[in-house]
Amino acid sequence: MTIKDRACIVGAYEHPTRRAPDRSVAQLHAESAAGALADAGLTKADVDGYFCAGDAPGLGPLAMADYMNLRLRHLDSTDLGGASYIAHVAHAAAAIALGRCTVALITLAGRPRSEGHSGTAARPVIGNAPDSPWEAPFGPTTVNLYALCAKRHMHAFGTTSEQLAWIKVAASHHARHNPDAMLRDVVTVADVVGSPMLADPLHRLDCCVVSDGGGALVVTRPEIARDLKRPRVRVLGAGEGHKGQDGGAVDLTVSAARWSGPAAFAEAGVAPADIKYASVYDSFTITVLMQLEDLGFCEKGAGGRFVADGNLIAGHGRLPFNTDGGGLCNNHPANRGGITKVIEAVRQLRGEAHPAVQVPNCDLALATGIGGLLGSRHGAATLVLGRE
Amino acid sequence: MPDRPWPNPPPSPESAPFVEAARQGRFLIRRCTACGRAHWYPRALCPFCFGETAWEEASGAGTIYSYTVLRRETPPRTIAYVTLAEGPTVMTSLVACDPDALAIGQPVQVVFEASEDGTPVACFRPRPAG
Repeated sequence: MTIKDRACIVGAYEHPTRRAPDRSVAQLHAESAAGALADAGLTKADVDGYFCAGDAPGLGPLAMADYMNLRLRHLDSTDLGGASYIAHVAHAAAAIALGRCTVALITLAGRPRSEGHSGTAARPVIGNAPDSPWEAPFGPTTVNLYALCAKRHMHAFGTTSEQLAWIKVAASHHARHNPDAMLRDVVTVADVVGSPMLADPLHRLDCCVVSDGGGALVVTRPEIARDLKRPRVRVLGAGEGHKGQDGGAVDLTVSAARWSGPAAFAEAGVAPADIKYASVYDSFTITVLMQLEDLGFCEKGAGGRFVADGNLIAGHGRLPFNTDGGGLCNNHPANRGGITKVIEAVRQLRGEAHPAVQVPNCDLALATGIGGLLGSRHGAATLVLGRE
Repeated sequence: MPDRPWPNPPPSPESAPFVEAARQGRFLIRRCTACGRAHWYPRALCPFCFGETAWEEASGAGTIYSYTVLRRETPPRTIAYVTLAEGPTVMTSLVACDPDALAIGQPVQVVFEASEDGTPVACFRPRPAG
């Protein structure tokens, strides 16, 4: 049993807003859904499967299904943090293959800018989280838990701040072509390492943007996809993984992409070297570097050398990444970037990325993400997508 | 360091004996009675084999596995992972130290700091090598 070629992504929509004080979170979900269905050439009445995660308001899929007045026979609210929506595409493909649904809708939305929390503030203590009695006093935020990984990676492999900075530099080269991007100015390595230090060794420009917004995807059976007018994006393989503190056997230099990546490549029957374009979740620069190693684009520890000197810049380097500007420069709606990773991979496979960053003959792409907190507990999801 | 009180650790039936011992200055960890491995954070069931676990007093000695300094805070606060002499690596904060003089591998020793309501919190401070 495989999901390979059992489903296609036929609709993708990134909400253009980056600041939405006058919209509700449910509204952003619904506007994103409407955009993706219009992109697919389908209507709300066609949707019989719905996927959302922890950013959905109220009681998740029940609240949103009611708000949008959907008539569903399959619901899934798997939450892997920001990686959820990458996993949702695979879950949708599996549900479609099993006949549980025919047209699956995936939505994400949120307003961290308008609601005044940025993801860099200490997370509220959740009384019944089993780790809280042991960790809450130390104020594990977001940036400091990623900084712990970067610090250890530097110690273990000699990775430098300048190498990490190249990831932001590459994203900025792409974002200048995206009129919706929050940060459109090209930055240099010196700009990144000269920006204020937030949590050693991560600087302000090692971090993603904080944005309001949303996105949505529509997945359906290949036979239905062929009747639609849009270029078809095939779901070829997927993998998931998770990693925590392993009972105290902590290793901060490895992410759960070490499991999600190989599973996705194996199901698709391809290798990292075959990938023409990669969407790599970029909550922080270190997130990208560790995933590239764990996915097998380079050896463990060689990520710093791999990303340096513009190797991730479209038209210049070996592995064009995040050609929309990514979370680092474009958009990170709801502090969860997974759906924008899939959306830009769809654009690339359709040949609809900005001409300045479109990868020629892009017939095989990857979307991969890390959700949760890399330095304590996180999930990973990887998708291999192809063009029909 | 820091000047502000530590946020309270939320109470849990699984952490209550640790807190009680810490009030007497003893640092406890939990070890499996079946497979013999120590783990962190402490749990009723062994995270390696699901065997039963029991408290034991640990040395409180360890080395810095990784750390970071939150530069935006005054004074800057640290968060760290420390690998205990008994094996497990624990999330903590490094106190009574110059943040700019810290290094991975540096020997540290447990020290209890009081949270806002007086609950002891297991932090670590540098200790001389050897």
